[in-house]
Amino acid sequence: MQHGKSEIGIVQTRHATVAETLVLESGERLGPVTLAYETYGELNAERSNGVLICHALSGDAHVAGYHKGERKPGWWHEMVGPGRAFDTEKYFVICSNVLGGCKGSTGPGSINPKTGEPYGLSFPLITIGDMVKAQQLLIQYLGIDRLRAVAGGSMGGMQALEWLRSAPGKVESGLLIATAAKHTPQQIAFNEVGRQAIMADHQWQDGNYYGGRLPSKGLAVARMVGHITYMSETSMLEKFGRQEKCEKEPFKFTADFEVEGYLHNRGDSFVKRFDANSYLYITKAMDFFDLTAQQPLHEVFRGLDAKLLVIGFRSDWLYPVWQLQEIVRACKIAGVNATYCEIDSTCGHDAFLLEIKQEAHLISHFLKRVANGYDGADEYAI
Amino acid sequence: MQSDTPALDQRIIAGLVHPGASVLDLGCGSGELLHLLAREKKARVQGIEIDDQAIYACVARGLCVLHGDIDTGLAEYTDKSFDYVILNQSLQQVRRIEAVLKDSLRVGKKVIISFPNFAYYRSRVQIFFQGRTPVTPSLPYEWYDTPNLHFLSMSDFISYCSRKGITIEQKYFLNNNKAITFLPNLFAQIGLFLISQ
Repeated sequence: MQHGKSEIGIVQTRHATVAETLVLESGERLGPVTLAYETYGELNAERSNGVLICHALSGDAHVAGYHKGERKPGWWHEMVGPGRAFDTEKYFVICSNVLGGCKGSTGPGSINPKTGEPYGLSFPLITIGDMVKAQQLLIQYLGIDRLRAVAGGSMGGMQALEWLRSAPGKVESGLLIATAAKHTPQQIAFNEVGRQAIMADHQWQDGNYYGGRLPSKGLAVARMVGHITYMSETSMLEKFGRQEKCEKEPFKFTADFEVEGYLHNRGDSFVKRFDANSYLYITKAMDFFDLTAQQPLHEVFRGLDAKLLVIGFRSDWLYPVWQLQEIVRACKIAGVNATYCEIDSTCGHDAFLLEIKQEAHLISHFLKRVANGYDGADEYAI
Repeated sequence: MQSDTPALDQRIIAGLVHPGASVLDLGCGSGELLHLLAREKKARVQGIEIDDQAIYACVARGLCVLHGDIDTGLAEYTDKSFDYVILNQSLQQVRRIEAVLKDSLRVGKKVIISFPNFAYYRSRVQIFFQGRTPVTPSLPYEWYDTPNLHFLSMSDFISYCSRKGITIEQKYFLNNNKAITFLPNLFAQIGLFLISQ
């Protein structure tokens, strides 16, 4: 995807206090609210080329480039950079850690200024709407009135949908990838198993574990369940088969199969970088998210001027294509300008992070159309 | 869609569509026609296409397209939401042809439809003298490898329209990029109709 240009090099996460007090959807007040964010590329003189990328459940503001001294790039590194889908020579790309997160933004692990202690479970319930509200304040803080695009996969797509609902005049386009307008009972159920695993860990201590032993076992199990839902039967068969681990120990219910070892590794590495309470709060925010709010989905989209790109993946059973098709059907009824594409992939839900070539093709051309219109005659391209 | 008359049928369609019209192309392929209509007629265009590679090509052309099949692709559109619904060489490939035609006439103020003529004389020769399923430039597929589900002639379609009260506003008969007028059911490879309910 590179065009002989250099990729994004060393980047730094910055922090902005976007509100002294934020009134949440629940009516509770939270403050001060800080968001961690990164930006790539330059904001143009018209301040019209801002593109916000929203991350998924376990993501962070570090979407591309490298942090000093680290060998692993950001979570969507292949998609962001000079000549890439989110072309940093054209767009000013922004990514922020969500409210409630644990990667620099205000969350349950932050210090409550009233007590001088970490919030823990005294952190209020937050919603996708609250996350987006905080992002809107960050965008204002960066001097941007209207975004060229808001993009996101999975929970990131929910945030993009919420942007379209709550601030339709502030976004020229939305990129909705492997996401849903609301969770099904199945999606809520998987999240609940993760939450119960965390809360069953005796080290969780009702969320008051900061400074002591972390509920690592519970969080690792939550992550393991998550990873099963992110893959597909096919991708698991291809990756692991029934392959047994090389170093066999005497039988003691340790990992005998490769797939078990993989899940253990994923769980163990996750607990080093993620806060269990954030996992509880963020998964609840996803489960409570309902774009429709008791009205037909097309009514939410009625009169929406933004262009939409909707992408689903055929082997994704966590956010199956019918949930994307539902969004597309609502667009048809509401007369919203939408492009829909189903990418043929065996990677399951993870596909949105892995099928770079097809996604980059769709996204780069779509953003070009948003920026330039059709053959320079925007008003004639639905 | 393979045919020996792509240029002419697309030019005729471009001639039928008024400037600035809204157009829905069912089975838009890689989007050549929509591209032409958007460029030359400043039409507001929307395509529906099932093929993966064709969708990628449409997006690369900057077109607004939906990945899906025609049979289930029309129901959500409100009545008369497009000036034209186009079925360019795709009618014969839909499963429920009558339902799609009915819905196209509901969703579009007018429908432009083109399809290969099964009664073309060379098809007749192949069936009659060789006893073989015909393979012609406009019906280029072998019996075991064809996307076509329905086979119809010019006369079939015209009589269907008259039975169903569908108005044929314009009709064109094409062969090798030329318009023909003499015995079209025998000599036309492709028929192109502008119809309305």
